[in-house]
Amino acid sequence: MSLDLELAAPETIYRVLSEDGSELVAEPPALTDDAVVAVMTEMVKARVANGRFFALQRQGRAGTYAPIEGQEATVVGAVAALDPARDWVLPQYREPVALGRYGPEVLRTYALYQRGHPAGGHFPAGVRVFPVQISLAAQIPHALGLAWALRLKGEPGVACVFFGDGASSEGDFYEAGNFAGVLGAPVLFLCVNNGWAISTPLSAQTAATSFAAKAAAFGFPGVRVDGNDALAMISVVAAARERAVGGGGPTLIEAVTFRMGPHTTADDPKRYLPPEQRAGWEGRDPITRLGRHLEGRGLWDGERRAAAEEAAAAEVDAAWEAAEATTVAPDHFFDHVYAEPTPRMVTQRAELRRRLGLDGPDAGAGS
Amino acid sequence: MAVMTLVEAINHTLHQEMERDGRVLVYGQDVARNGGVFRATDGLLDRFGAQRVVDTPLSEGVIIGTAVGLAAEGFVPVPEIQFLGFSWQAFHQIAGQLARLRYRSDGRFDCPVTVRAPFGGGVRTPELHSEALEAQLVQCPGLKVVLPGSAADAKGLLASAIRDPDPVMFLEPLKGYRLVKDDVPEGEHLVPLGKANTVQAGDDVVLIAWSAQVEVARRAADVLAAEHGLSARVLDLRTLVPLDIEAIVAAVEHTGRAVVVSEAPQSAGFAAEVVATICEEAFYSLEAPVARVGGFDVPYPVGMLEEHYVPDPARVVAAALRVCGEAG
Repeated sequence: MSLDLELAAPETIYRVLSEDGSELVAEPPALTDDAVVAVMTEMVKARVANGRFFALQRQGRAGTYAPIEGQEATVVGAVAALDPARDWVLPQYREPVALGRYGPEVLRTYALYQRGHPAGGHFPAGVRVFPVQISLAAQIPHALGLAWALRLKGEPGVACVFFGDGASSEGDFYEAGNFAGVLGAPVLFLCVNNGWAISTPLSAQTAATSFAAKAAAFGFPGVRVDGNDALAMISVVAAARERAVGGGGPTLIEAVTFRMGPHTTADDPKRYLPPEQRAGWEGRDPITRLGRHLEGRGLWDGERRAAAEEAAAAEVDAAWEAAEATTVAPDHFFDHVYAEPTPRMVTQRAELRRRLGLDGPDAGAGS
Repeated sequence: MAVMTLVEAINHTLHQEMERDGRVLVYGQDVARNGGVFRATDGLLDRFGAQRVVDTPLSEGVIIGTAVGLAAEGFVPVPEIQFLGFSWQAFHQIAGQLARLRYRSDGRFDCPVTVRAPFGGGVRTPELHSEALEAQLVQCPGLKVVLPGSAADAKGLLASAIRDPDPVMFLEPLKGYRLVKDDVPEGEHLVPLGKANTVQAGDDVVLIAWSAQVEVARRAADVLAAEHGLSARVLDLRTLVPLDIEAIVAAVEHTGRAVVVSEAPQSAGFAAEVVATICEEAFYSLEAPVARVGGFDVPYPVGMLEEHYVPDPARVVAAALRVCGEAG
C-alpha cells in the first residue's frame, strides 16, 4: 500500500509492520538505525514511566494519572516525525510521558504536574509543548491558533494536536476542523482512537464509519493509521507534516489503538470493558511489535531492552525525586493570574500571608 | 480633539493600534469585508490587508480558542464576538482557557488578547443580542473586564486593553454606539485600566454605574438637581476588573449615600459586588442603606417590554430620593 494522503480511503488502516512485527507490509519510513532505535527507546521509557506514575498514585504520592499503556507507538511515532525546533505539540493528558523527543524537560515538568505543583504547567520557554489539557478538545482551537501564527510568520512548522475519540464529539473539534480547512492552516489533527472514552465505547460515540471520515466535512484528507505501529505513525505524520508545511493544509489522522489500562487511576474498567476485547489486543503490543522488527534487523534484543528500561527508570525516578523536592510557597497561586495583580488580590494575598505567618521572622517563603 | 460617536472612536483606535503594532490582528464574523455589523472595523481590511483582518466562520468557540494559540506565538489578537450573548457559545474557551493561559502555564505565556463585544440592550434587538453578562466574566479570574461609557474612554481604554499583557473583555455599549458622542483626543490617548472616573461632582449621593448606564445616571443627576435640589455625584467605574475600590470608597465617604445602577439581572450581579465592597470598606460613612437599580431576575425581554427592564432615569431618581430620605 502506498501512502498518498489525498487518496487514502478512510476505511483502510495504514500499516508498515504486520501485527506481530514479523514482516514489512509497506515501505518503512526513511530513518537511520539510530533514529528507529531511539523511537523504540522512547516507547520503552513511556511504558516505564507509566508504571512508575501509576504506582506513585497508588502510594498516595502522585495525583490521578491517565495511563498510556498500549498507546506508546501512537505518540512516540507521531512526534518522531515532527521537528521539535519548529513544530508545536498539544497533548490532551495521556501523552506527556511519551514526548521525550521534545527534551528531558518534558518529563521533568510532567512529574511536577503529577505532583500537583503549579510549575507542572510550565514547559520551559523554547519547548514547543502546550500544557496538559483537561477540558476535552479545548486544545484543538489553540493548535489552530498556533498554526495560523506560524503561517502568518512564514515559519515552516506545524501544530500537532492530540485528542481522543471521545473528544471528537466536542464542538471545539468541529469548529476548529472547519476553520482549519478554510484557512488551510498547518495543523495535524491527531485523533487517538483507543476504543473507549472512560466507559463509552465507539458505538456510542459516533455513527460515522471512522473518525478519519469526518475530515470529508472539513475539506481536507482524513487517514486511518495503525496506532500500534510506530513506523506507520512516522510515515503518516511525516507525510501530513510535509503536506502542511508545503501549504497543502491540515490532515486528520486517526490512530487506531487500544487503551490497555483504565481511563485513569480512578477508573475501574471491570464495570464496562468486555475482557475478551482487551485480550484481543494483548497480542498487538506496540513495543513487542517494533521490537520484533528491530531484532530481525539486529538492532534490538532483550539485553538492550533491559538497558533501556533501566535508563528510563533512572530518568523517571530522578524526575520524580526532583519534583518531590520542589517546594512551593502557599501563596504562589496569586503569582500568574495577571501580569500584575489587581488591588484586591494584593489585599487577599497579604491577608493569607499574615494568617500563615509567612512574613514573620522565620518565614522562608518565596514564590 | 474631534467629536466622534463611540463606534467611530472604536474604529479610529483599531486603526491606530494596528498601525502602531504589526502583531495586532482583527478577526471575527463579518469584520473584514463588511466592516462589522456596526461598522466598528470598517476600513481595516483595505488598510491592513487580508492577513491581519479576517472574516471567520460562525464559530465563537474557535474565534476565542485561536486567540489563545495566536497569543502564545506572539500575536496580539483582537477578536470580535458579534453580540455578547453569543459569547455563551465560547464561554468554555473564555473562562476555562483564555482567562487561564498565563495561570495554567505558570507564567510561561502572556495572553494579550482583547475580545470586543457589544454589551447590553435598549435597541429592540432579537433575543440574545442584548445581554449584560459582566458578572459572569468577573467570576473568571485572569480576565480583565472593561466597559467604556464615552467615546473618549472607548479610545483610551481600548488602546490600553490592546497593549495589556492579559486578556481583556472589552464590552461596548450597544445602545451607545451612535448615541454617545463626545470629544475624543487625537493621537496617543491612554486611559489606564482600573481607574474609575468621576463624570460629575456632587455631594448628596453618588450614582455608581458603567457602560450605557453612566448616561442614565447622569440624566438622573440632572433631574435630582433640577427638581429636587439634590447634588448627585456620578462615578463611572469603567473597569470592573481591576476594580477601583479606592474611588468607590472615596465617593461614598464623601456623600454617605449611594445608588448602584446596572442593567444585568439583579441577583448576584456586579452591583451586588459594589454594594458588598461599600459595606466592607466604607460602612461607617453610610447614612442610609445602599440601593440598587438594575434589570430584574428574568431573561432579557423582547422589544415591547425592554423599556420596563433596562433602568431609566426615573428609576434612578426614585432610588436616590429613597436613600436620601425623601419620598420618591
